[in-house]
Amino acid sequence: MKAFLFSTRMQKVSVLLFLGWVCFLFYAGIALFTSGFLLTRLELTNQSSCQEPPGPGSLPWGSQGKSGACWMPSRFSRVVLVLIDALRFDFAQPQRSHVPGERPVSVPFLGKLGSLQRILENKPHHARLYRSQVDPPTTTMQRLKALTTGSLPTFIDAGSNFASHAIVEDNLIKQLNSAGRRIVFMGDDTWKDLFPGAFSQAFFFSSFNVRDLHTVDNGILEHLYPTMDSRAWDVLIAHFLGVDHCGHKHGPHHPEMAKKLSQMDQVIQELLERLENDTLLVVAGDHGMTMNGDHGGDSELEVSAALFLYSPTPLFPTVPPEEPEVIPQVSLVPTLALLLGLPIPFGNIGEVITELFSGGNDSHPQASALAQVSALYINAQQVSRFLHTYAAATQDLQVKELHQLQQLFSKASASYEQLLQDSQEAETSLKTLTAELQRFLRGARAICIESWARFSLVRMAGGAALLAAACFLCLLASQLAVSPGFPFRPLLLVPVAWGLTWAVLYAGLAVTAGSKVDTVVLGAVAAAGSILPFLWKVWVSWGSNRPLVPLLPVPGPVLLLLLIRWATFFSDSFVVAEARATPFLLGSLILFLVAHLHWEGQLLPPKLLTVSRLGSSAPTGPPRHSGTYALRLGIGLLLCTRLAGLFHRCPEETPACHSSPWLSPLASMVGGRAKNLWYGACVGALVTLLVVVRLWLRRYGNLKSPEPPVLFVRWGLPLMALGTAAYWALASGADEAPPRLRALVSGASVVLPRAVVGLAASGLVLLLWRPVTVLVKVGAGASRTRTILTPFSGPPTSQADLDYVVPQIYRHMQEEFQGRLERTKSQGPVTVAAYQLGSVYSTAMVTALILLAFPLLLLHAERVSLVFLLLFLQSFLLLHLLAAGTSVTTTGPFIVLWQAVSAWALLATQTFYSTGHQPVFSAIHWHAAFVGFPEGHGSSTWLPALLVGANTFASHILFAGSRLPTAPALALPV
Amino acid sequence: MKDTDIKRLLYTNLLCIFSIVLSIFIPTIFLDNFSILETHLTWLCICSAFVTAVNLVLYLVVKPNVSSRRSSLSHKVTRALKCCIYFLLSCFFLHIIFVLYGAPLIELVLETFLFAVILSTFTTVPCLCLLGPNLKAWLRVFSRNGVTSIWENSLQITTISSFIGAWLGAFPIPLDWERPWQVWPISCTLGATFGYVAGLVSSPLWIYWNRKQLTYKSS
Repeated sequence: MKAFLFSTRMQKVSVLLFLGWVCFLFYAGIALFTSGFLLTRLELTNQSSCQEPPGPGSLPWGSQGKSGACWMPSRFSRVVLVLIDALRFDFAQPQRSHVPGERPVSVPFLGKLGSLQRILENKPHHARLYRSQVDPPTTTMQRLKALTTGSLPTFIDAGSNFASHAIVEDNLIKQLNSAGRRIVFMGDDTWKDLFPGAFSQAFFFSSFNVRDLHTVDNGILEHLYPTMDSRAWDVLIAHFLGVDHCGHKHGPHHPEMAKKLSQMDQVIQELLERLENDTLLVVAGDHGMTMNGDHGGDSELEVSAALFLYSPTPLFPTVPPEEPEVIPQVSLVPTLALLLGLPIPFGNIGEVITELFSGGNDSHPQASALAQVSALYINAQQVSRFLHTYAAATQDLQVKELHQLQQLFSKASASYEQLLQDSQEAETSLKTLTAELQRFLRGARAICIESWARFSLVRMAGGAALLAAACFLCLLASQLAVSPGFPFRPLLLVPVAWGLTWAVLYAGLAVTAGSKVDTVVLGAVAAAGSILPFLWKVWVSWGSNRPLVPLLPVPGPVLLLLLIRWATFFSDSFVVAEARATPFLLGSLILFLVAHLHWEGQLLPPKLLTVSRLGSSAPTGPPRHSGTYALRLGIGLLLCTRLAGLFHRCPEETPACHSSPWLSPLASMVGGRAKNLWYGACVGALVTLLVVVRLWLRRYGNLKSPEPPVLFVRWGLPLMALGTAAYWALASGADEAPPRLRALVSGASVVLPRAVVGLAASGLVLLLWRPVTVLVKVGAGASRTRTILTPFSGPPTSQADLDYVVPQIYRHMQEEFQGRLERTKSQGPVTVAAYQLGSVYSTAMVTALILLAFPLLLLHAERVSLVFLLLFLQSFLLLHLLAAGTSVTTTGPFIVLWQAVSAWALLATQTFYSTGHQPVFSAIHWHAAFVGFPEGHGSSTWLPALLVGANTFASHILFAGSRLPTAPALALPV
Repeated sequence: MKDTDIKRLLYTNLLCIFSIVLSIFIPTIFLDNFSILETHLTWLCICSAFVTAVNLVLYLVVKPNVSSRRSSLSHKVTRALKCCIYFLLSCFFLHIIFVLYGAPLIELVLETFLFAVILSTFTTVPCLCLLGPNLKAWLRVFSRNGVTSIWENSLQITTISSFIGAWLGAFPIPLDWERPWQVWPISCTLGATFGYVAGLVSSPLWIYWNRKQLTYKSS
């Protein structure tokens, strides 16, 4: 008996270790794949400097010998840069004077920036509005990098938004610093991480709390005008966040947006009045926002931002065009650099806005045109130098196209030199030169965009191969696990030893070669090294005795469904349509299950058929339910799936689609009555959830004992529901709370979510300590007489011992089985033996599911609780349906059916979509990071990452976590 | 089971296919601008009517089932009425299933309903003709070892292949090929039609090839 116990424990540990190894394989594969897939770009640390002109040849026309002149003479000595986060182009667009007879459209965000419109009409030569075209990803940090370096921040940065690092590339702020200009900054504290110690004076405010509309803006306003009047600055940067936060919290169509934009208008108006003649005012949005107020992707609304320039002295030779010009956002960088008399940052690939270099008077068209060409030429020289350096450092850029660009540039520079020699040249050659330079700059930009969007195919293929091998291993292992006894050596010892050997070998090689050890590659080498001997062994033992068929015990149609699901990932149309395709496949699987039950004769017809037709294949008779019962379950499942499909968020690729309004938080609703009704519905969903779970547990007799987990289910769950409801009430109505209660409300909104999470965690611990399995035995134990087994220790040594032990075990098993049958009989006819084994596992599963559901619910918008309710209903119905098809007489270990796993996986994906997620960066629910932490997290990044991750993968966590309590049980032999 | 039976089955099935082909070509004579894709709903109605008519005629002429014992007029009338009600019910049932599968609830109601009608025509009408309004018999035919004649076997195959065809027809809808037949429910109706035709063609062949193994218990 002791030996038996020991082996059980060994087995448990080795099963857990095996699972750990499989996890490692998967993570190594994913890490290798993403390191090749998420784009990165080499960051050059070269700096431009005043003394070193960007190219050979004389510095252009008129720039030598003036004070403060660098590559070009400075046009302005001071700049006020007002960054309004998420200032979409149409927010700033002037509204046409109303056509008589047509009612003006009143949209909260239109026409609120009246000061811009007035100045554009009154001083057309002083001001200009542009539609600036933003490069994705449209997240603030990436935009700030682009706005200062003039480069293209790549994909990988989008993931590191929480942990932004200082910019190492050459940038405007660095150039300003080395020129000795004083920079005063106020606003978003992202700048603090990007440019540590760069500002002579700085007022940082936390950007992380997106629900707070006013703290940052009011903080800026407190310091803006005093600083401005103090004149202790050369560059003043103010980064307002209110508009962006208002978009996140309320969306652009909320009255709050109108208030916020009017406030910004007032700020601009005040600034315009205080500007002096040597100062340039730049008002810019870093990106736009979608209809819902989010950003991060590349939809038209997100990538069009406003850019407004104004100078008290005339700047533009012409009046503004009717429709504002579209320029790339990075154009601002070389333009500002040259206007301020600074070198253009080394890595800039933007193109100067030429009309700003005309001198502001159209009296000398020739001279102004020459000045414009000079600016463009310096810009082109700088970009050419950058391309040269970058191409020398890496092999990223396309050689052929690079060569063409260089030819274009040398041709342009030859004609430029000629132009300088003979400055009385005709207008046409100026024009062709401008066109050539612009073509070169645009070509350079295009080549950079193309090469920085290139994937590392080797790593991606390696990662994919590793993942495929790990999946294959899982498939094989799931087959091996059915046989008794865990094959410890081939599945654990040998692979781990091999993996360690390979990892050490790789690390040794890398160290001796003097290169850095890449952890991703190290992990991948270890994983590959550990899986190869396993695959080799499979390969060797293949031909002899193992046919292919038992490897795939999946029923044909289910396998077909899985294959279809797998194939859809190779079609981008299906990836976009996954939210619709998954419920379709789920529905197909459900109806197939029902039809299959009928086909196999496992259902009773409404009125009895002759038994002889069905009896041949199953003589003892599997559990049979009435056909309409199974059909009802199937239709109910389909109905729930369809209802959950009503909660959907549209992918960016389908513009005609309308997202469900139910996914936004209640706080964004304006109407009071509708809000209250919805709140009632959400609380109703919570209560229903509780009642359903309790009814389920009570029905299968698991609520009767005084064990701690049962007590927790009885009392802890209602407490959690109460906490959740109270938190929702606070979250949806916090803005309407009277001032006296503010402190209480904010305190409660910190405490309540944490309390709920704490309760859930303690419940889970209780459940893991005593899975409900035990309770069932206790409940059933009362009704049966138990023969006492004589204890027996040590391994059986003689035949006599065996004669004694074997009947004992047999009798024990017999009693166990009888007990089960008795219990099922007492539970009424519907459950005839269907849950005899199933309910032991499913009870623990349902409890774990509800315990996990509450904390995850808190991370979502209130109305998603209805989706969670539907998910629970679906899982109940699914369990019933699967149980209807499981026969009583199954012996051996508890086998999870492929149908069940496939259905659960499809259900998880479907819920991922119906909780308002999309598999794109811009659809990540960042606000989940503030649940329980309304003040933000300070500098810690792992906790918000955890919260946002839990929100994103809520459905998958529910799916996987519900298996948690059964995992130890599965490791045991039955 | 004799070869002549299989031959008769083949001919009747070919007649059914012929009726579908007719439903494509005959309306072009009488109607201007008729085409399957552009005037899809008209075609659906016509095809449904043709297939139903051919099925009824075949049922009356071939008489695959031994006629029932009672054949009074009132019995026949109630039987016919029952058949109509069953047909309508199956249309509504399929409509509900389509909506549950993701078809739009309010827009395109007529299109969805006509899809339900055509699918009922391919599945319910042959069932009604062969088995009568008798759910028990239906359930028996659609279970393992439940068929008792080649007619029922053919019915089983055509019905299942019609459903599979309709199911497969949904797959091209999300693709971005921008073809006119990708619109709901055209691809599904076409899929159902192809499935029906494939079932009609393949069932006699399949029965012929497996005639040695097939033993019907009570025919």
